[in-house]
Amino acid sequence: MFPLDAPPDTSAYMIAGYAVFFIIAAIYIVSLLVRWRNINQDMTTLETIEKENKLKAEKASKPKKQKTAKKK
Amino acid sequence: MQSKPSALKILDVASVLALAVAIYLALIYAPEEATMGQVQRVFYFHIATAWVGMLGFVAAAVAGIAYLRTQNPKWDIAEVAAVEISAVFFFITIVLGSIWARPIWNTWWTWDPRLTTAAITELIYVAYFMLREGVEDPDRRARFGAVYTLIGSLSVPITFFSIRLFRTIHPVVIGSADPSATGTFAMVPGMQVAFFFALFAFTVIFIDLFWNRIRMGQLAAKVEQLKLNLMH
Repeated sequence: MFPLDAPPDTSAYMIAGYAVFFIIAAIYIVSLLVRWRNINQDMTTLETIEKENKLKAEKASKPKKQKTAKKK
Repeated sequence: MQSKPSALKILDVASVLALAVAIYLALIYAPEEATMGQVQRVFYFHIATAWVGMLGFVAAAVAGIAYLRTQNPKWDIAEVAAVEISAVFFFITIVLGSIWARPIWNTWWTWDPRLTTAAITELIYVAYFMLREGVEDPDRRARFGAVYTLIGSLSVPITFFSIRLFRTIHPVVIGSADPSATGTFAMVPGMQVAFFFALFAFTVIFIDLFWNRIRMGQLAAKVEQLKLNLMH
């Protein structure tokens, strides 16, 4: 190629390159957001179950205490 | 749920802005290269993503050493975060390189030392996640992961120096290239601005993603702990 020649038209490859970059980056960011949302949901559910279990345990221990107090 | 720290919110915005400026510099500001044409613009993001990939693999090795020394699970979380982000960015590097190679080398892929070592590095870090999936015990998983990233990190300097040590067609932009390299070009000042800003922008993006991914890992660890508490 002579120095004065116009550069070859390789713009389609440039567009393809940047499109690939944006697609892969977008997929990764969406995957992060989805995983973050799922973990948050799990956290909320588990915290609710833990609270319920604590309440149940408290309720179960109260009547026993009352019964033992009445006997005395 | 913990609210996002203000510094991280600022970093999120800074990352988006830095990416926007990097795109402007790469696609509009930098002059068109005389022999390769527009496809040369892929080079700015090709190098920047490779930089992030290698940075993360080294960060993972450092986290691995810290885990082996302290046995603190926070280092395991950081290690996984670094490997995950870097594996994604390094994959982008390989794909961008392949797209650039098609019009310049007239092939999508060739078993050149740089391409081969880069492909091996990527496969090593993809296998890291397979290894982790195969180990049930969290302590053993973290220990294996730490040793693996430490050994795997040896592939980073091998990949980096492959174009300087072996006969290759891959261009060396900074430093002297092999005479048989195809696609080498001299960076004019406009190109240098786009190149160095892309490196800066992707470093900011890496730190931002790394921080976000570590927070996610910490939350996931809390969920695992809650699950264990409820089972007992």
